[in-house]
Amino acid sequence: MTVFVTPKGAPAKTVAKDDSMLKQKEMMATHYDRLSNAPETGDKVASTFVPGNLNELIMCFGLLNNLPEVNAIQSGLRRQSGAYVLEAEKIGHSEDVCTYVKSDIGMMAKGNIGPNGRRLPDPDVLLLSYTGCFTFMKWFELLREQYKCETIMLHTPYMGDGKITKNMIDYMVKQLKEEVIPTLERVSGVKFDIDLLREYLKKSSKAEDDLVRVLQAAKTKPSPIDAYFGGIYYIGPIFGAFRGTEDAIEYYKFLRAEVEERVAEGKGPVTPDGDMGKEKYRLVVEGPPNYTNFRQFWKMFYDEGAVVVASSYTKVGGVYDFGFRHDPDKPLETLAEYCLGVYTNRSLPMRIDMLANYIDEYQADGLLINSIKSCNSFSAGQLLIMREVEKRTGKPAAFIESDLVDPRYFSAANIKNRLESYFQMIEQKRAGVDAAA
Amino acid sequence: MATSVNGSAIASVVARAQALFDDLSFTSARQWKAASADRKVVGYLPIYVPRELIHAAGMLPLGIVGGGDQLEVIHGDAYYQSYICRIPRSTIELGVSGRLDFVDGMLFPSICDVIRNLSGMWKMMFPKVYIRYFDVPQNYKDEIGGTYYTHELEELLRELAGLRGKPITDDELRHSIAVYNENRRLVRDLYTYRAQRPWQTPAAEVYLMMRAGLVLPVEEHSALLRDYLEAAANAERPRRDNCRIVLTGVFCEQPPLNLIKSLELAGCYVVDDDLLLVTRWLTADVPVEGDPLENLARAFLHHSESTAAKYEPDLAEKGQHLVRAVRRTDAEGVIFACPSFCDPALLDRPMLQHVLKAADIPYIAFKYAENSGQMQPIREQAGTFADSIKLWSGT
Repeated sequence: MTVFVTPKGAPAKTVAKDDSMLKQKEMMATHYDRLSNAPETGDKVASTFVPGNLNELIMCFGLLNNLPEVNAIQSGLRRQSGAYVLEAEKIGHSEDVCTYVKSDIGMMAKGNIGPNGRRLPDPDVLLLSYTGCFTFMKWFELLREQYKCETIMLHTPYMGDGKITKNMIDYMVKQLKEEVIPTLERVSGVKFDIDLLREYLKKSSKAEDDLVRVLQAAKTKPSPIDAYFGGIYYIGPIFGAFRGTEDAIEYYKFLRAEVEERVAEGKGPVTPDGDMGKEKYRLVVEGPPNYTNFRQFWKMFYDEGAVVVASSYTKVGGVYDFGFRHDPDKPLETLAEYCLGVYTNRSLPMRIDMLANYIDEYQADGLLINSIKSCNSFSAGQLLIMREVEKRTGKPAAFIESDLVDPRYFSAANIKNRLESYFQMIEQKRAGVDAAA
Repeated sequence: MATSVNGSAIASVVARAQALFDDLSFTSARQWKAASADRKVVGYLPIYVPRELIHAAGMLPLGIVGGGDQLEVIHGDAYYQSYICRIPRSTIELGVSGRLDFVDGMLFPSICDVIRNLSGMWKMMFPKVYIRYFDVPQNYKDEIGGTYYTHELEELLRELAGLRGKPITDDELRHSIAVYNENRRLVRDLYTYRAQRPWQTPAAEVYLMMRAGLVLPVEEHSALLRDYLEAAANAERPRRDNCRIVLTGVFCEQPPLNLIKSLELAGCYVVDDDLLLVTRWLTADVPVEGDPLENLARAFLHHSESTAAKYEPDLAEKGQHLVRAVRRTDAEGVIFACPSFCDPALLDRPMLQHVLKAADIPYIAFKYAENSGQMQPIREQAGTFADSIKLWSGT
């Protein structure tokens, strides 16, 4: 564990980070520099989305992967998104719609400066991987209007009946073969090599194995990780531009070793304030986090001894814990299956099953939903999810509200009050169980 | 012989449609079902489902577009956060309050994340009802999106056949396609007539005629449309010095009827709109000969309306449907009326506005909810828009 002293500002704060977090940060920084250098290096850029991210395929064409959601997250963490959102609203975007979109549009309007302080390049192609979120389609139509570049629609059908059918796979493979690949060939000038794709997929699978071991380490008591706040760091490389690379294999191997060491030492997660104290509450969290007040939000949990042992948000870029791995033996089909299986493309009953099972498997005290104003894909139906999970598990659930990157929708006092009440509710429930025993 | 509005043929047709609109218990659909023990009703939400399949199964397709401004939502609000639009909460209210207890199946089309998730909620809440999330392709090539969609239609057809207990034949489907072709022709006739003589066919009346098509058997609805067209043509109605506008953004959650009336009272004749698109989603007749499902699939891919829930592959074509609607109907402006928190309509709006600006077509925009009660701001905004068009357009 490394401890940093914040150089500016009073009072000076120390921020603790796992070595894996530092490594992750370095990887992300390198990637942003590659993006910023693209005009000089001549690298071409494909913008796409985290759910349904086809990084292995993108790499086959030597394209750099740029993810607007991740850019919005970075803007949120750096407290720039508020101004970007306002800028987008000023130019005609409704206050009602997704703030990821508005942060991205606002960032573009203000010069498209990335988290490294340098301009992000215009995309050469927009790969509209339309998976699990309706807004994606409008988002890339809006970007296409600005950039006027090639745009490829890859439509992933929704798993409304909780199953992947042959028709869905065939449809997606056909789109890949007849639309996505030929366009990427044309944009990049690189001929598609399916064996190269297989190589990348093989690497993805290795990293995915280690990611699952890391996330499932939270079944241990105390949990060595926080699978929500810490989990966001862990998923960064594999949900972003690194899936299918040696860097990802190395990172997840390193991370796994670090986590296993913490298990062996009986340690809890590392928080920004150092090792977490005694684990008092084990939670499953549904929904994305707030990024504008990320650290403050996290602190509300670890100050109370609450650790998140499983979360749905760490499954938006791929659900691996039920056995799915990218399969090099069926390269296009596996990409289709991957897109179909991401969390937000799963039906509501499937999501309820997942969350209820997490509570059992991870021996959690209950479910907490962070409902995001911006994200209908996650949020619509969450109150029913809450009641149903509570009913099935007998564990208490709670509901808080915030937003991804719009600081106007983060009310610290309100959230803190609700969390404190929730922790009391868990205590009461425990007391009730103890009394009954 | 020309008739006056009061006590006229038109009044009785409109009164019938108004009664259907007001009836939140869906009495006519209940009566239809009660007439025979083997009858079934399949509900559907906006924007589009192939009603021909439901009809071919001998069932009644029942359009559900929320509860409007007359339904008190008590239970529905407990299922949604304040930042979710209103249609799912009032739809749940309809379900939980037993108003849809006679419905045997529900189709939730691919339109947005809220309706998508509502399909799963309905499964949890009404486990005895047949429920299907009805996905449609966003790829419009016959061999890609067309093949996928044809298979989806086959699956829906199989499930409907299961629901009725015997297979649905191609001839039954062909018959249903013909019946709906006829209905769509009448709808198009009405829209064309209104664009020509909007003072004869007020927007609120046209809307009521379309709404009737959501609850009546298609054959009865076609008869109603014929009656209305004939009565409207024979009515003597005053022609006002209104401007002509296209109303857009109203394809899912419905505006209150008073809002539609307010636009005309404020000086805007509605000459085209995207209300209740299911009634005219397919823009040309579907061939009756040949494979019926393939024909429906091709019609969907190549002859269907443009709307925010559909991907537009061609940047140059984005929003042009609206420009064409303005030109076709000789409209003078566009009113964007979008439901609050409606991602598809609100995210699409800036792009459409850019297209209109480039085409030099004036527009205004506001939001509403299905239970909006205060029309004065909308009347003022629409009135100012109408005045500005009358005073300054073409100068």
